[in-house]
Amino acid sequence: MEWADFTAGRTGDLHGRAIREMTNTTNTRRDTLFDVEEMELNFGPQHPSTHGVLRLKLKVDGERIVDCYPIIGYLHRGTEKLFELHPFFQNVPHTDRLDYVAAATNNLAYVGAVEKLIGLVVPPRARYIRTILCELQRISSHLLWLATHAIDIGAMTPFFYCFREREIILDLFEEYCGARLTLNCMRPGGQPFDLPVGWGERCAEFLDDFPSKIDEYEGLLTNNRIWKKRTVGVGVLPADLAQEYGVTGPMLRASGVQWDIRKAMPYEAYGDVEFDIPVTYNGDTYDRYLVRMEEMRQSVRIVEQCLDKLPDGLIMAKSPRVLKAPKQSDAYFSIEGPKGEIGFYLVGDGTPNPHRCRVRAPSFMNLQVVPILAKDQLLADMVAVLGTTDIVLGEVDR
Amino acid sequence: MTTSEINANILTTSYDKLFNWARRSAIWPMQFGLACCAIEMMAVLDPRHDMSRFGAEVFRASPRQSDLMIVAGTVTEKMAPIVRRLWDQMPEPKWSIAMGACATCGGPYRTYAVTQGVDRVIPVDVYVPGCPPRPEALLWGLLHLQRKIDRSSVVDTKRERLLVGRSG
Repeated sequence: MEWADFTAGRTGDLHGRAIREMTNTTNTRRDTLFDVEEMELNFGPQHPSTHGVLRLKLKVDGERIVDCYPIIGYLHRGTEKLFELHPFFQNVPHTDRLDYVAAATNNLAYVGAVEKLIGLVVPPRARYIRTILCELQRISSHLLWLATHAIDIGAMTPFFYCFREREIILDLFEEYCGARLTLNCMRPGGQPFDLPVGWGERCAEFLDDFPSKIDEYEGLLTNNRIWKKRTVGVGVLPADLAQEYGVTGPMLRASGVQWDIRKAMPYEAYGDVEFDIPVTYNGDTYDRYLVRMEEMRQSVRIVEQCLDKLPDGLIMAKSPRVLKAPKQSDAYFSIEGPKGEIGFYLVGDGTPNPHRCRVRAPSFMNLQVVPILAKDQLLADMVAVLGTTDIVLGEVDR
Repeated sequence: MTTSEINANILTTSYDKLFNWARRSAIWPMQFGLACCAIEMMAVLDPRHDMSRFGAEVFRASPRQSDLMIVAGTVTEKMAPIVRRLWDQMPEPKWSIAMGACATCGGPYRTYAVTQGVDRVIPVDVYVPGCPPRPEALLWGLLHLQRKIDRSSVVDTKRERLLVGRSG
């Protein structure tokens, strides 16, 4: 698509109106002494701050970004097609590689959709184990986000601090299912393994220690003058716009909308535990940082409660050896992932394979607002905007 | 200068050994992540695995400053020409590691969109298996690459081209 088409499609529409309302500035700078020419700038796909292989076409007027056009598809692997070629239970590993920094939540969204489609009831112990894994995954995903976001903005130390704690979580994962990153730790109908002996104690040890580590990160950043200068007021996302674009997760909550599927439609063990949904109202990069930091604290609370209440019993529902979906059936199941609402829509046709699988990827929806966030920012803030969106290209391109 | 001082302060070696020692001890990889493996590539820099023990921690964002391309992740048909261009932009001598199953052979993605191995686009020195490989596995790949660099020669141009600069 050329520039003319891209901008023509947006004149007068919601997108253009929102940008004008938000920035309240004109695009031309007639008051300058010099002739100012807008320049096109390519950003990515090989760039250390694009978090993968995203390409952005920027239109810049000096240091100011006039327009931004994301080009995706550099990591399109045909995952949704692959889902159709494998039986239901064999597709779990493919979900690991969608949002590859949060495999457990992807697993849960997929197996949840299969359970809904086929009608399997998961035993309570498995539900608790799933909740524990998902919340640990949320912490590790946010830690990775903080590490890379801070590095983009210029702070090197949080990278080493965050990865130090992240490795401990990955050790817990590895002890549970043998993998560090691509966990493949859930099955339709329950859990493949019970918690290993002593796992709960080691997890509790980490949870005791971890809040002080969050304080340590916040001590480095929250009141840091450079950090605030780079993040406060950068990439402001108004609440109504966030909702219109289908933005979810910490991005939405930092804009002042209290929407979390864990509270709104509790799944697994979230109905049984107490936790708060952090909400901030400015909608800028700094607020999104605060929301994610608080979410890590709440995740610690959830895992602690789950370890306390962990029921005994089976970990796998009684299910047929080959899962077959009813003819002409469909199901959509979504959960709150670290980046927002991750959902799977499955269509069954009576065979062991899904007829169609559609992934509702939060990163893809959140990426849509990047042009709005980047509008009228300085070029150096582009990396802050991309970092705060917390996109994973495996999920965007699928 | 006395003989004992000369003996204590002068080392004799061959060009090959000197050059190979220099090249293998300061490999600068390119900061270039494609997919899941890039997360494990970041993990080798963390305090636990610490790639700087082997002199390869200086990740450069520009291909023109780097010696090693770690192809970390799935190479798609859309990305393959860009990988090739980045490889061509790297100065000689240069090496590459295919990290993980996708870069090695396409991995789990036998689809219309994925290049079945990065060796269809660029020459590969070391293949690291895994999906994704553990950080330890990537370090193993790096150590293998260092051993391979030790075998190269600056004199024997034919062998040099074979081992180091196959892309020309």
